[in-house]
Amino acid sequence: MMPAAQPAQSCFHPTSALDYIPRHELEQLQLQRMRAIVSRAYEHVPLFQTRLKDRGFVPNDIRSLSDVGKLPFTVKTDLRDTYPFGLFASPMQEIVRLHASSGTTGKPIVVAYTNGDVDVWSSVMARSFAACGLHEGDIVQNAYGYGLFTGGLGAHYGAERLGATVIPVSVGNTDRQLMLLSDFGATAICCTPTYFLHLIDRAAVLGIDLRKLPLRAGVFGAEPWTESMRRRIEEDTGIKAYDIYGLSEIIGPGVGVECACQAGLHIFEDHFYVEIVEPETGRLLPDGEEGELVLTTLSKQAMPLIRYRTRDITALVKEPCECGRTIRRIRRISRRADDMLIIRGINVFPSQVETVLLDVEGTLPHYQIILTREHGLDQMEVQVEVTPEVFSDTVGALEALEKKLAEAMEHVLQIRVQVTLVEPHTIQRSEGKAKRVIDRRPS
Amino acid sequence: MKITQLSIFVENKPGHLIAPCRALADAGVNLRALSLADTQRYGILRMIVSDPPAAQKALEQAGFIVKATEVVAVEVPDRPGGLAHILAALEKTSVNIEYMYAFPFGRGENAVLIFRFDNPDAAIQRLQAAGVNLIMRKEL
Repeated sequence: MMPAAQPAQSCFHPTSALDYIPRHELEQLQLQRMRAIVSRAYEHVPLFQTRLKDRGFVPNDIRSLSDVGKLPFTVKTDLRDTYPFGLFASPMQEIVRLHASSGTTGKPIVVAYTNGDVDVWSSVMARSFAACGLHEGDIVQNAYGYGLFTGGLGAHYGAERLGATVIPVSVGNTDRQLMLLSDFGATAICCTPTYFLHLIDRAAVLGIDLRKLPLRAGVFGAEPWTESMRRRIEEDTGIKAYDIYGLSEIIGPGVGVECACQAGLHIFEDHFYVEIVEPETGRLLPDGEEGELVLTTLSKQAMPLIRYRTRDITALVKEPCECGRTIRRIRRISRRADDMLIIRGINVFPSQVETVLLDVEGTLPHYQIILTREHGLDQMEVQVEVTPEVFSDTVGALEALEKKLAEAMEHVLQIRVQVTLVEPHTIQRSEGKAKRVIDRRPS
Repeated sequence: MKITQLSIFVENKPGHLIAPCRALADAGVNLRALSLADTQRYGILRMIVSDPPAAQKALEQAGFIVKATEVVAVEVPDRPGGLAHILAALEKTSVNIEYMYAFPFGRGENAVLIFRFDNPDAAIQRLQAAGVNLIMRKEL
């Protein structure tokens, strides 16, 4: 057994052994698992079988990993079209857990786990926390939402698997959250980065100095966040802020995570096969080029997904990581292919708006983009919550701020933007995730 | 000589003014004077209160962003030429009035003007030299 409370720099945690597997062994393991999972999906998932047959392809045609590119993609609408259980490869007797997306419109997407799947998920989450320097003896405040959302239970099982103490507080109830953080002495926290910023703001109001608490690491995910947000979190609280990646369709959180180097996210390639493709054509891109992340679940029994189009835009990092892990890294995800808005024929990403807000205000306030159409013309409004840093008691100063923000956005986006200041805490948040775009344009 | 004024950001929508007033009422803080600077979409509510630190705490706890600024309160006789006399004291100086508002004052025929100056110390000096009666915080 591991002695309790090992120092954080002990990077060869036994849990993480597979992170350091030699590449040729990893590739053998991947091929073996790929062949098994493709057979499983072919035998049990009618949609997948039909698609393979249409191509005149049988599972045995996978002879090397380079054959994976011949398999059909799976997309998010496939999950909607087969709602609720159409992509399950296991009978319900073997399924021990269901989760669902928080989908704001229409039906959610549903995902399933066997006992074995929960075990794999716990192990990749334990390896994620270990990569962020956590270990037995750590106290982890889990402020991801518990429920249909995968964040809460995923982090919970992973931290327990690691041997850490879990505080299953879930998201929300910020004042109690801060009280527990102080009183229980959590050494790590996990939640969405947006929610942690909210905790920082609230702590300042209540006069709690987060720097004086034992908290030393935060594992933040479930939405894209920027390097500037990381700088702000680390400077304001003195903790290390790590990015974790995952999506419900694949397993939940724990698909990939940063290590101590904070230079890209290692993907747990023994369970998830990575490809980067050109979003428009689906063409496989060489390592290092930016494109859409495509993932195949190599171990998942209840709901194997083959070549799932994540819509997340990133690139594989070619160079090996200084931490010594052999599993490869992707660059941090800054945007999603789905995030792209077409406004008056111009491509706009919410991340561009975010960059302007950070540049002008120095910190990132909550904001929301609202799209409407007037007389056949798209209108873009950006609502920005007033922060203590920018609030002035003269109308002239506030109007000047709105004008400065609008001009900076127009310069970057090349379209007219109406900036509106709104009261703090009035922009809707769900599961701790910020809802960035409201599109009211008639389709 | 300077007194503390609290300002908060309020959206220009029905019902948005009541929340800060309730927060102050619940904290037992009395509003002495207030002014609302408004635009089409939002306003800045400026307040002189009986207990600024308690009011600031109550408003922040209620989720408002509060700015405390130093303003100058001046007593003006409630008769023609009252304000002109005060403004004359500031004429030919570089002191600029950013905004001002007035309210009646309890002890008789007088009104109180709240001034936000760009340079409050210079303004105070000029006003005192001209014999204008400045009001201290405890009098409010």
